[in-house]
Formats: sequence, structure tokens, C-alpha cells
Amino acid sequence: MDLAIIVPVLLALTDDSMRFIGAGVAIGVGSFGPALGIGWLVSKAMEALGRNPEAQPVIQTNMILGIAFAEAIAIYALVVAVMIGFVF
Amino acid sequence: MPRLRTLIIVGVLAIFLGQVGGLVMIKAGIAEDLLKVVLLRGAKPAIEIKAEQLWKIGFLPITNTLLTAWIVVLFLIGLAYMATRRMALIPSGLQNLMEAVVEGLLGLAVGTAGEKEGRRFFPVIATIFLFIVVANWFALLPVFNAIGKLEPLGAEKKEFHEESVVYKESGLALIYPGAETLSVEEPELSACSGLSGHEKTECQDEARAQAIEVAREEKGLKADEKTAIIAPYLRSMNTDLMSPMSFAIASAIFVEYWGISALGFFAYAGKFFNFSKLAKGDPMGVIDFFVGILEFIAEIARLISFTFRLFGNMLAGEILLLVMTFLIPFLLALPFYGLELFVGAIQAFVFAMLTLVFGALAVAGHGGHEAEGHAQEPSGAVAAH
Repeated sequence: MDLAIIVPVLLALTDDSMRFIGAGVAIGVGSFGPALGIGWLVSKAMEALGRNPEAQPVIQTNMILGIAFAEAIAIYALVVAVMIGFVF
Repeated sequence: MPRLRTLIIVGVLAIFLGQVGGLVMIKAGIAEDLLKVVLLRGAKPAIEIKAEQLWKIGFLPITNTLLTAWIVVLFLIGLAYMATRRMALIPSGLQNLMEAVVEGLLGLAVGTAGEKEGRRFFPVIATIFLFIVVANWFALLPVFNAIGKLEPLGAEKKEFHEESVVYKESGLALIYPGAETLSVEEPELSACSGLSGHEKTECQDEARAQAIEVAREEKGLKADEKTAIIAPYLRSMNTDLMSPMSFAIASAIFVEYWGISALGFFAYAGKFFNFSKLAKGDPMGVIDFFVGILEFIAEIARLISFTFRLFGNMLAGEILLLVMTFLIPFLLALPFYGLELFVGAIQAFVFAMLTLVFGALAVAGHGGHEAEGHAQEPSGAVAAH
């Protein structure tokens, strides 16, 4: 490709800009998985609830537990993003 | 009591007139930044992950999160005292409320871990839940993160703050809406990399002092206009990494203790270092052995996950509130205060619940991974939350 295009782009990729890009990507990609996971979890819980409404407390408690586990992964990504943005 | 329609009209008029007044101030040249005056914005929040140290007693640093933790502990003790003096058989008032909370938590513990073990686990679970939820909700009071010491922007500090507020020194320095901020660029420290130890620190300090001087001159600050960061006196307890870590370590110690005291040390260790099949010469024992090692690693990883779940949630909530309050003060922060209430309670519940579940797993015998009492519906346990 043309040098006149590559060089300005490479010059614009400063340390700080890479840092911000890294923070953005960390939280963006990192929350994708947990969001899917939580969606699946809750949909299965709703199905179970529909089949057996009497078991509601048990299902709800276990669903909240599972959501907390899945959310923890997103929180790890968030902590890394905040660390990249503010600490490094 | 005026009618609702009148109130709405007066409110809208007041906001509109406020904006017009702000615009007039801009035109007259009194205020600089349109947005800051119209929206009554304060200074940009200096977001810091590490807890700020306020004082030092001997060798022990007192951070603002430690101060908050002490206040929460005193509050809980006071609450317990107020609820249990003049105890009546038919409770009313505060005693009624506390009995409902305790009953809900007991139902949760018993429903998950069985009657006997549930009652044994209950004090730890209830303490974890109440401490975390009260600490999280305390942080939503208006005085948190707002009133604090002014730490002057200085080169000697190891952490170099790049954003600071400009204020005129007086008895009580108020950071008013529209206060200016000074941004200092982190200086190039490459010139100091050749030196080491004391000289390096001095060289770095000089570079930073230089950067501050340059920034001050550029902005045109006079000598009596100082710059500082606000180190709040009160900060949410769980935004300091040490606090969730302490809870996680305590929870892990209790889970191991419950397991060992229920099964005996060798039976409990045998869950993780599973030589039973190998000892009989069965080659399938290798799988069991590796599964045991994996479970051991999972126990260690639980420390990290407990810590970061609580820490991440609380830190993210605090940063969110700070930024939202900066953008449109008071109005934009309101829905996020609701979110913070919810998240604070949920995180406390999840921490207590996970400790309970892992405790129940730890006391279960080998292969007995079904917790008893699942068939029994815990009365009001989940509804209480």
C-alpha cells in the first residue's frame, strides 16, 4: 500500500491511543460471552419455571447463583479495562 | 398543598429560567464554559482505584475505606443493640424488622444446607450478608466521595495525578460549579532511567515538578490559585481491594474449617488428593486423581473470583455514579442510584449464598453432592431479598 497512507496511521498509533483502544476492546469483547451465558441461563430458568411453578424459590435462588457466576467473568473484563485505562 | 399540574409548570419554568440566567452570565463574560454553568457541573472527578490514605497512626495507615468500615461496624452494633433491648414476645418496630431479616437468612441457610448444618453456618452467612449489604448501601449517602481533604498536586507523591482542580485558598475550600481544572501531562521520564535508587527518585521528582510548573504557566495561574485533588473522607468500603479480599479469605477459611470439622482432616483432604482407587491398583484412579487436583485448583481460584466479583461491581458502580453526577448533576445520577441499591443487595446476597453453597458441598461426603433440603421450600427466604 501507499507509504503516504501507512506512515500517518502508524504515527497516530501513540501509546495513549493504544491504551484506550485496549481498554475499549477489553470490556467490549469481554462482556459478550457473559451476556450470552446469562441469557441462556435465564431462558432455561424460565422454561423450568413454566413447567413447574411450585418450585419457584428453588429455581429462582439457583438462577441468581448462576447469574452471579456468569457475571463475575464480565467483571473480570471490566476490572482489566479499568486497570488499563487508569493504572497503566 | 398545590396541585400537581401547578408544581410541574413551576418546575419547568424554574429550570428554563435557570438556563436563561446561565446564558446571560455567559454573554456578560462572567462565566466561561457554557455547559458547565448551564448544567451546574462541578470539576471532573479524579477516579482513583487505590484507597486514599488520610492519616497515619504509628505505622498503620488509615484509609478512607477503613474509616467507612469502622462506621459501618459501629452502625451494625448500634442496630443490634437498639433492636434487642426491651425484647417483647410479640415484636414490633425495629425488633420486628430485624427478626424478619434473621428469619429470612435462617430459612435460606437451612433450605440450602439442611437443618443441622444450616444452623451451624448461619452466623457466618448472616454476618457476611449484613456487613456487605449495609456497607454497600451506606455508600449511597450524599456525603460519600464528596467531602474530603485537598491533596495538593505535588511532585513528591509517588502517584502523579494528571487532573486537578484549581481553587483559591481559604478556610473552607469549596469546589463550585464551573471550577477550572488543570491538566498536567505526565513528563518523559526516560532521562532518569540511567540513574538508580535515591538519584532516580530525585530526578523523577524534578521532572514532575517541571511539568507542573509548565502547566501552571500555560494556564496562567497566579500564585494564590492552588491546585489539588479531593481525597474523600468517606468512601465505599468494598471499593478498596483489601475489603473483598478479606471477605473472600475469611469465607475460604470457614469453608475449609467446616469441611475438616465435619469429615475429619484426612477424609476431607482425600476429596482433593484422591488416592483411593490408585491405592487398590486400579488404573482408572488416575482420572480421579486429576479431578481431585482440578477441584483443589478451583478452591484456590474461588478466592480470586469472590474478591473480584464484589470489588469489580462496587468499583464500577462508584465510577458510574461519579461520572453520571459529573455529566448532569443530580438528574442523571438518579436511575443509577436505583441500580446501585439493587446491585449492592444482590452482591451481598450472592457472596453469602456462594459461601453457603460451598460450605454445604464441603461437608457433604464423598460423592454426596446433593445438598439436603432442596425439596423443602425455604419459606420466604428468597422473597426476603
